[in-house]
Amino acid sequence: MNTLLLILMVGGLAVFSHLFGSRLALRKAGPNPSILHSLPGYHGVYVALWCGVPALILIVLWLAFEPMIVHTLVLGSLPETLLHNPDGSPLDEARVRLMMSDIGNVAKGNISSSTDPEILAAARYQVGLENNAFWSLTVLSISLALAGAAWGLRSISPVLRARNQVEQIMRVFMILCSTVAIATTIGIVLSLLFESYRFFTLVPLHEFLFGISWSPQMALRPDQVGSSGAFGAVPLFAGTALIGGIALLVAVPIGLLSAIYMSEYANPKFRAFAKPALEILAGIPTVVYGFFAALTVAPAIRNAGEALGLDVSSESALAAGVVMGIMIIPFVSSLSDDVISAVPQSMREGSLGLGATKSETIRRVVFPAALPGIVGGILLAASRAIGETMIVVMAAGLAANLTANPFEAVTTVTVQIVTLLIGDQEFDSPKTLAAFALGLVLFCITLVLNIVALHVVRKYREQYD
Amino acid sequence: MAQHTTEVVRAGLARRYRREWRFRAYGLTAISLALIMLLTLFTSIFSQGLSAFWTTELELDVTLYPQDIDPEGTRDPQTLSNANYRKLIFQAVYDLFPDVTSRTDRRALQALVSDGATYRAREMVMEDPSLIGQRVKIQIPIAADFDMLAKGKISRDAHESTRRLSDQQIEWFDRLEKRGLVHTVFNTTLFTASDSRQPELAGIWGAVVGSIYTLIVTLGLSFPIGVAAAVYLEEYAPRNWFTDLIEVNINNLAAVPSIVFGLLGLAVLLNVFGLPRSAPVVGGLVLCLMTLPTIIIAGRAALKSVPPSIREAALGIGASKMQMIFHHVLPLSMPGMLTGTIIGMAHALGETAPLLMIGMVAFVADVPSSPLAPATVLPVQIYLWADSPERAFVERTSAAIIVLLAFLIIMNSGAVILRKKFEKKW
Repeated sequence: MNTLLLILMVGGLAVFSHLFGSRLALRKAGPNPSILHSLPGYHGVYVALWCGVPALILIVLWLAFEPMIVHTLVLGSLPETLLHNPDGSPLDEARVRLMMSDIGNVAKGNISSSTDPEILAAARYQVGLENNAFWSLTVLSISLALAGAAWGLRSISPVLRARNQVEQIMRVFMILCSTVAIATTIGIVLSLLFESYRFFTLVPLHEFLFGISWSPQMALRPDQVGSSGAFGAVPLFAGTALIGGIALLVAVPIGLLSAIYMSEYANPKFRAFAKPALEILAGIPTVVYGFFAALTVAPAIRNAGEALGLDVSSESALAAGVVMGIMIIPFVSSLSDDVISAVPQSMREGSLGLGATKSETIRRVVFPAALPGIVGGILLAASRAIGETMIVVMAAGLAANLTANPFEAVTTVTVQIVTLLIGDQEFDSPKTLAAFALGLVLFCITLVLNIVALHVVRKYREQYD
Repeated sequence: MAQHTTEVVRAGLARRYRREWRFRAYGLTAISLALIMLLTLFTSIFSQGLSAFWTTELELDVTLYPQDIDPEGTRDPQTLSNANYRKLIFQAVYDLFPDVTSRTDRRALQALVSDGATYRAREMVMEDPSLIGQRVKIQIPIAADFDMLAKGKISRDAHESTRRLSDQQIEWFDRLEKRGLVHTVFNTTLFTASDSRQPELAGIWGAVVGSIYTLIVTLGLSFPIGVAAAVYLEEYAPRNWFTDLIEVNINNLAAVPSIVFGLLGLAVLLNVFGLPRSAPVVGGLVLCLMTLPTIIIAGRAALKSVPPSIREAALGIGASKMQMIFHHVLPLSMPGMLTGTIIGMAHALGETAPLLMIGMVAFVADVPSSPLAPATVLPVQIYLWADSPERAFVERTSAAIIVLLAFLIIMNSGAVILRKKFEKKW
């Protein structure tokens, strides 16, 4: 919170220097303000930027690097006895990390497991360092802000091209903002690749991709039964495909037929009502669908199955798949609606003129012409279904069954990512790292599906434009 | 020959018209199916959730014995706060049933009142210490199982061993009801409390505050960044490999599964930058990255819709390019941008999966005090409650969903109104 106060102070200084800057520019212009190259406001912004930007950059960099430096210093200050086992061998990395987090907790004033005087001393040292760091940052950033403001004020003169300089800085800021998307992608790819690489050093790649047994539970004791986890992800891929397939079986016919009816048959009144109503389905949060699937649809399907004498699991793939299908209906229908409406009217009129009925025209002319776009839409819907998390977390099972029976419980890639990462995590166990490997697979598959879908759609568009 | 063709066509006409009719019927069926599903979803949630907005309370005459609350008569707030109100409440309940004397029966009787009763008694005494020694009427929340019984969600016909209340307990409850001590009141706890293990004390306020913090962080970052990026890409960017790369990235990010953003947050924000787990700041950052593509794409469309004549006029009277954009084009495209932003925020409000990854699933019993404090958000609260086995939580989950849907409807209709009101046809 203190840092927030500091940032607010720097901001306040910048506002003040803006006032000073614009006044000063007017005064220097003398009786005829029109000799100023830029409006006085731009001079003000110019000074404010000189005041605020360097100080804020300093604060951000400082905050980013301070924890690391403090960590190194505290680690260096620890007595040798703490860093070695009683037999003289150095402590392993995990123990050191545990100790450092203990020190951090004591320093923050949280309750901690340790009352060791050496730990307490280290914690005091850390608190001292953090205090010093904060005060030096305060002094440094405020003086930098003042110095910047002074420099800006000094350079104000009627010929200063303040507007051009301010606009240049704004432009740099806008470029930085638009590269956030690239940075995000790089961040996703790097973090997934890095953690997956660590996973694949523990579990071979072929075992992960082609193994058919998945039980990521690592034993607490080495002699426990089933102590080595199995990381064959094929059951997860199969489960994802099964649930996604059921979802598409529900969504594609309903979505497509709705789109055809709405764009070819429905009168404007009906369309104005039905189209937004279908779009509501896309706006409902997925956690709501998950709740609906787990508490309404799954029991209903199970009861229906029992009435027919079928053995249906209460976490059946069917329930999750059907509800997921409901969720993606609007994706299929709105994308198909767009491409169907984009088919040139002349093609329809040609077919009708030859005596075809409306449905014949749709089936023989409009649908084939719109097919690439429809396929693109279905691929996008499929990528949605594969990446969907909450419905399957709440309604699908955890056991990795390799089955094609929709009445049994299966698990999916996203379910496993969530279960592996909720709760306690150790960042060197294959159990946690496996989640990132699964995430990488998920990212790659959805990326490929999207690229193919966009390519198909674009190619189709070029045909008629 | 021509005669022949006409005959063939005529003979097939009836069949073809039947097919035409059938095809139409398929389309109509598909739409009705989708709408029926939507309707089923809403009715099932509303029918389960509406009852959670009311709760059952019990009117008790509690004697606030001074020797139990403040034996030394100091009226010290510390003493008043630590006193054993539970005992007084239980005594009041025993007084209602003088015929129940055995230890086991009295324990079964204790199940009637919720822990919330002691809090309420303490609050009353702390507020007005002069009540000590008097006999006061207190409306206390009843335990969730009895609340379910009052709402008819625990079947009286079921066998005793299959339900959570014994026949004896049901009989007691009926006696209380007959004496007019049981009241149905509006469930304020649901809106003012945070999460709790006891359904009758659990509320959504903590999660709502967490959602508000998260959305403030998301909006504060994604709106300026999104607008700046949209302006750059639409107005300045030259067409070269770099801007193409940005565009491809934005389109792909819009389709990346949300859970992958959660993995990014976990690996980068928590593990590399060491930001606190479960904090709305981290949730807001992750959701900001997720909503940015939506805002940028909507922003670019809005900028594109401003006609060139406006730009030319501004440039013609001597504005610089930046002045032209910020004084004329941007204000005119603001409704479109805001619409996109609201839709993005509505998505962020309903998002759950990435927040599970960064630890916002913790059980948080306090209302978060700052964006850095551990918190949960409304959808995650729904997920947590949906996992609880108690019958009473099902009702509350549905109620929380109703609240969430209400927020979403308000936001989306806000976007629609904005678009309708300010959209200009040039």
